[in-house]
Amino acid sequence: MTPLMHGFVWGLVIATVLVTIAVLSIWFERKFSARMQSRLGPTLVGPAGILQLVADALKMMQKEDLIPEKADSILFRLAPPFTVLFTLSVAAVIPFSENVLAADLDIGVLFMLAVGGLVVFPVWIAGWSSNNKYALLGAMRAVAQGIAYEIPLVLSAMVPVVLAQSMRFSDIISVQAETHWFVIWPLGPGLIAFVIFFICSLAEANRIPFDIPEAESELVAGVTTEYAGMRFGLLQMAEYLHTLIASAVAAAIFFGGWDGPFAPGLHWMVLKTLALFFTIFWIRWSLVRFRSDQLMALCWKYLLPLSLLLVMVAALFVHYCGVGA
Amino acid sequence: MTAETILFYLFGGLAVISALGMVLNTRNTVASVLSLVVTMVSLGAVYLLLEAYLVAAFQIMVYGGAIVVLFLFVVMLLNLSTDEFPPSKQRLIKSAFVIAGVAILAQILIALGHDPLFATPPEAVPEGYGGYRQVGILLYTDYVLLVEMASLLLLAAIVGALILAKRKID
Amino acid sequence: MLPMDHVIALSAILFTIGVLGVATRRNLIVILMSIELMLNAVNLAFVGFNRIWSQVDGVAAIDGQIFVLMVIAVAAAEVAVGLGILLAMFRNRDSVNVEEVNLLKW
Repeated sequence: MTPLMHGFVWGLVIATVLVTIAVLSIWFERKFSARMQSRLGPTLVGPAGILQLVADALKMMQKEDLIPEKADSILFRLAPPFTVLFTLSVAAVIPFSENVLAADLDIGVLFMLAVGGLVVFPVWIAGWSSNNKYALLGAMRAVAQGIAYEIPLVLSAMVPVVLAQSMRFSDIISVQAETHWFVIWPLGPGLIAFVIFFICSLAEANRIPFDIPEAESELVAGVTTEYAGMRFGLLQMAEYLHTLIASAVAAAIFFGGWDGPFAPGLHWMVLKTLALFFTIFWIRWSLVRFRSDQLMALCWKYLLPLSLLLVMVAALFVHYCGVGA
Repeated sequence: MTAETILFYLFGGLAVISALGMVLNTRNTVASVLSLVVTMVSLGAVYLLLEAYLVAAFQIMVYGGAIVVLFLFVVMLLNLSTDEFPPSKQRLIKSAFVIAGVAILAQILIALGHDPLFATPPEAVPEGYGGYRQVGILLYTDYVLLVEMASLLLLAAIVGALILAKRKID
Repeated sequence: MLPMDHVIALSAILFTIGVLGVATRRNLIVILMSIELMLNAVNLAFVGFNRIWSQVDGVAAIDGQIFVLMVIAVAAAEVAVGLGILLAMFRNRDSVNVEEVNLLKW
């Protein structure tokens, strides 16, 4: 099998699995939130509430496919599929085990950050083309937050890169497998970098506590205000996919990816990814959202200098103690 | 024709079409900005085909992810989505520019066809070409002064942009 | 292998489109974008020629790519200042038409 075919086949498999997990996670989240906040429906529809997913999907597909009269109809249609596309294409470089990976690029981490940075465009297009003030305000917040948090995201992702002396995901994981997971050792920079990376991923994916672009109490539904039916479904799915992929990336570069005892590598990687994904749900249903200015202050005043410092500490660590020592 | 060549013509054509779309579109500024994004991303793909991986990643990250977003932001802030200006007063100068530009382009294209440099295809790239290691080593040895200058320039740009964009406090 | 003369031709075409944009358009935003396009065309030429002379004595020579990175840094600085000027101009003139900016000081 040529590398191109290999990449194509595995890319298709990984994309399908990720989309399936993202859809199932909607059911899981409904149930989870129902348990946490005494919402009744999702635990009662069918056995274990599994039919809630079907009910949601049916509801979404029955909705009329509305396009506002004054909206820019071409851009309005293009935005949701492109949001999903850009989000999914990040998954191309994430290795799920030694063999389950679409493309093991030499500049894997950089590719992930570069393509991930493009997701702001479809979101912005969605908000702008709706021709609705709430959607536009939501888009503006989403873009501002996406760009601002991109910087600490990049810098915190550079910490494992510096520690492993490579941008290739499989190299980063094998260095961790030989020594320690970066979140554990070196004590300090790894853990703090992971926390920053996690916070920035939440902000990039517009999840609570950073969901001010779609704060329903002030902006109706933000970017998605004018969207209905399956287009709305796609935008929602892109958000879930974004958090899922961010969890997978964090599991790979900070938690040692497929490294773990007893079980095959794929199991460990999936387990770590889902654990981080679960943590995101947990955070979502526990915390309240930030104010817009608090969000920016957190990014520019605390996360950015801290992540710069971390890269320097990691470089010094490698200089004095050697790679992964 | 190999797959690489086909992809090159595909992305090259896309870059030219979207660049033309950006320049010729006088109705909708947002569409212009979005055409520019398409140009940037397809140029990134061309860099990948030229085996300059690091440059491709930076092209997409800096141009696509940051610079064009700034344009979008300004268009949105100033609400400039349409620009219906009165007819220009400098028709003569502009048509002269257009003729001169097209003439220079024709010259370059004709010259390219005759240059012996392109008669033989380039040899395979050596180990490490286009990767981050080589670039990093070169940046911090031979070109370290250039890096310092770039950092000073960016600092000056930050300060300049802040002063220019800041509202006057009366 | 890519036809290198076509790569350079693509760069020349994009540069010309950029020049035409600067020459014919009056919207300052589009002019700034055309300048970006010209810088990109130059970058493409750098990368293309670097691909032709990709090694010196068997060792990878990537000076062209270094220049591209520098051009990207300069472009970022230029956009920040250019858009700052645009904002200041819009505040004073209420327009982004460059033909209306015909006074040295206002």
